[in-house]
Amino acid sequence: MEHQVQRVRDAFLSGRSRPLRFRLQQLEALRRMLQEREKDIVAAIGADLRKSEFNAYIQEFLTLLGEIDLVLEKLPEWVKATPAKKNMLIMLDEAYIQPEPLGVVLIIGAWNYPLVLLIQPLIGAIAAGNAVIMKPSEVSENTAKILAKLLPQYLDQDLYVVVNGGVEETTELLKQQFDHILYTGNTMVGKIIMEAAAKHLTPVTLELGGKSPCYVDRDCDLDVACRRIAWGKYMNCGQTCVAPDYILCESSLQNQIVQKVKETVKEFYGENIKESPDYERIINLRHFKRILSLLEGQKIAFGGETDEATRYVAPTVLIDVDPESKVMQEEIFGPILPIVSVKNAEEAIRFINEREKPLAFYVFSHNDKLVKRMIEGTSSGAVTVNDVVVHFMLNSLPFGGVGSSGMGAYHGKHSFDTFSHQRSCLLRNFKREFVNKLRYPPNSQSKVDWAKFVLLKQFSKGKLGLLLLTFLGAVVAVLVKKYQAVLRRKALLIFLAVHRLCCPMNSRFQAPALLRVRLDTSEE
Amino acid sequence: MHFCGFCRGCYERAKKPGWGGGRCEHGSPWHPRAEACRMDSVGDTLQRLRETFSAGRTRPAEFRATQLEGLGRFLRDNKQLLQEALARDLRKPDFEAEVSEFSMAQHEIHLALRNLRAWMKDEKVPRSLGTQLDRAFIRKEPFGLVLIIVPWNYPLNLTLVPLVGALAAGNCVVLKPSEISKNMEQVLAEVLPRYLDQSCFAMVLGGPEETGQLLEHRFDYIFFTGSPRVGRIVMTAAAKHLTPVTLELGGKNPCYVDDNCDPETVANRVAFFRYFNTGQTCVAPDYVLCSPEMQERLLPALQSTIARFFGEDPRSSPNLGRIINDKHFQRLQGLLGCGRVAIGGQSDQSDRYIAPTVLVDVQETEPVMQEEIFGPILPIVNVRSLDEAIDFINRREKPLALYAFSKSSEVVKQVLARTSSGGFCGNDGFMHVSLASLPFGGVGASGMGRYHGKFSFDTFSHHRACLLRSQGMEKVYSIRYPPYTPRNLRMLLVAMETRSCSCTLL
Repeated sequence: MEHQVQRVRDAFLSGRSRPLRFRLQQLEALRRMLQEREKDIVAAIGADLRKSEFNAYIQEFLTLLGEIDLVLEKLPEWVKATPAKKNMLIMLDEAYIQPEPLGVVLIIGAWNYPLVLLIQPLIGAIAAGNAVIMKPSEVSENTAKILAKLLPQYLDQDLYVVVNGGVEETTELLKQQFDHILYTGNTMVGKIIMEAAAKHLTPVTLELGGKSPCYVDRDCDLDVACRRIAWGKYMNCGQTCVAPDYILCESSLQNQIVQKVKETVKEFYGENIKESPDYERIINLRHFKRILSLLEGQKIAFGGETDEATRYVAPTVLIDVDPESKVMQEEIFGPILPIVSVKNAEEAIRFINEREKPLAFYVFSHNDKLVKRMIEGTSSGAVTVNDVVVHFMLNSLPFGGVGSSGMGAYHGKHSFDTFSHQRSCLLRNFKREFVNKLRYPPNSQSKVDWAKFVLLKQFSKGKLGLLLLTFLGAVVAVLVKKYQAVLRRKALLIFLAVHRLCCPMNSRFQAPALLRVRLDTSEE
Repeated sequence: MHFCGFCRGCYERAKKPGWGGGRCEHGSPWHPRAEACRMDSVGDTLQRLRETFSAGRTRPAEFRATQLEGLGRFLRDNKQLLQEALARDLRKPDFEAEVSEFSMAQHEIHLALRNLRAWMKDEKVPRSLGTQLDRAFIRKEPFGLVLIIVPWNYPLNLTLVPLVGALAAGNCVVLKPSEISKNMEQVLAEVLPRYLDQSCFAMVLGGPEETGQLLEHRFDYIFFTGSPRVGRIVMTAAAKHLTPVTLELGGKNPCYVDDNCDPETVANRVAFFRYFNTGQTCVAPDYVLCSPEMQERLLPALQSTIARFFGEDPRSSPNLGRIINDKHFQRLQGLLGCGRVAIGGQSDQSDRYIAPTVLVDVQETEPVMQEEIFGPILPIVNVRSLDEAIDFINRREKPLALYAFSKSSEVVKQVLARTSSGGFCGNDGFMHVSLASLPFGGVGASGMGRYHGKFSFDTFSHHRACLLRSQGMEKVYSIRYPPYTPRNLRMLLVAMETRSCSCTLL
């Protein structure tokens, strides 16, 4: 393992990954891979999660293709240095912030969206000019295998390496030194990753989960709300980190919601859900059993059918759920939607704040004031109002958690920033050493005062103009002083000239006469 | 009663006869006898701050501005006191205190006050076709409870600058000043709380043991300035609660001096920044890399510069500070034995004086090249070429700052492009740190995260993605719902092609 990481580091140190053209070319190759090998990858994802071709394409490929397009378009802009505001001492020097690659990045993917959650960070890491080691989840083994096979065929083999394996390999991998680690997965492993990273002082981005609440207000279009919630919840059989985890609503809404979700499910997946090609399965037996245990003792409003042989769990809604029950203690990560009733929005806010900060928070309401109150009253990685999950797909928004739902963010430009070091650069020259005399010892009070002024005045363009004006004023003053005698002699002439310029109307008739007089005297 | 009930200042005072415990002005219970009690009250204090935060008290811009103004007043009202503390701890010359502590802190406060409302504004982001009718923005929210751990070398600057950011971002703050710069610690503990709202700010005093206990508590953000060794401990402790961290660590900052240079100017600039604060600066040039020829020219220049700066007897110069404590003094004294002393080399245990020193003929393997020097010692290491210098730099951990001197901008640009470091300054010392418009922070072993100016505000803010949609247009969105058909997919693809990345139609 050590050897493998070293090889990638050597490749990075060769500087090959840095030029903009190389990055673009690698991203184009990645896009080509997604397009040319779509069938193979879709088949692998299908085998892991029993995901239909359409689902795989919509949920995984579209996001990635969109991301690559965005990066290809914007990257030339992103890699440029940002000029920084300067203060007086360094007014004539160059100051800017230069984004630089960090080095070797480790990306640990998750099994629920085995392609997106590995490749989307990869796009950012390549764009920022890093070398990457990828560790796909061993749980979605088919996708892991196909990626290990395909990626080297399209990307630089030394810079971008896939390492496959389970807990043992991951542990070994984490002993190595990386320059950044991006992990997608659960909170418990997140802690382990961060602790391992601390040994090498490696910065981490942790994309963890959490119970994302969904508040449904009385004042909203319930039909639309339930369709959108059902779509987000049962997508990928509930195995989505940003899926609405539970519904909070007034108890009077509960039955309506159940009814509408039930209708929607029928509309989406037909009478026989098991037969629907659009409905996935639970990833493995361990998770299947865990989800089964969540159903124990709960009041099932509809659904609840399971089949161990195919790891099928029907879209389920639970009502009158006790906040203390097991289903409300852990992230569900399955097609079970508990409804917890609260008295009003304030109670919902309290309910949410009593728990860990979620990755996402959803509100359905027509009432703008209530929406504002709910956003301000809570904290979460992201908020989406009147819809679910879609913020994940808008890559101008940073995607990431807060508190126990993670730290750091990525997607689009945010990925680029995550995988870049913002290096502050100041380029001076050897001239004007006399200015620096101010700062050198031995010191005096006047030096202190000067230093204060010079160091701390920041100049914008407007201020620069002001400074220039002051300077001109000073020059004029000096000139006036020096040529005082001459000026005195010509005072009248100057007065007249100014007078004429300023008030031409008045001076029109008087000026010539006076001017003549003046000219006469100056001849003396 | 002005006792806050948990800081060492109160503890000392409370031990005096005549005060038998009870409650401090914030109502936290306080018992002067048991040490354990003190740590318990830390828990109480954190609880109190959390309650303040969840009540939303720290969020309004007015509240934040009031705190920042308080910090400004604190600086102005107590300048004398603070200067004396700096003088007692480090014998810091007034000029250095002014430039590196007061002015910078004052400037940060000023900048934050002026821009607070602009920084707090929601940041609109571009929308895709599918979200054209919605509102999409990034909201800057306070994290909650922030812990700031401060080192001793710039005890005022490194307290106030992060504090400004944390308060501006609307957080509650627990401050842990360094116990090593004890005079400053005392002044901060006694005076600073008076200028801030007690419900959003607390100070915890103590050494490594107390800090260790403090780190067991849960915070929402930890900002640490110090050594990489302690940085690892802090991050490991933070991992238990999944607390994000900013680590401002040190490192050996190389200073490459090209042959094409004016030795007098280089000597001025390098010596000034190396001996500033008696070398106890995390961004100071740690060692010089140059050719033997350049060394020949640089040494006399350094000699005369040092004489000009500090006089013939630097010991009596008011412009040279002292080493913070005996432990560091002894460490530095040990380093004086490396290589050959070309300039300086004297030391005196009694007032922890170490002369501005230049070492030559230094081997890579010697201790002075193995650890961050953090004292007025400048080793010169010879390299034969620019390439060798760059190799030398790249073989080591990434430094916090990197300096290159050359009249040729080509050479400076090459050093910049072929290395990595937290910050970079061409042809000067750590001037880049004085600019609040540049992020200050390390990379690799020199730390993670950045601050100063707006970067501080962003560091202490959670960037929350917000998407506000309407409930209309359901017909259009229904193409994303199952049952999936090839027609739906085609429509999605068409939508995608109209603009790159409109996959949000999903």
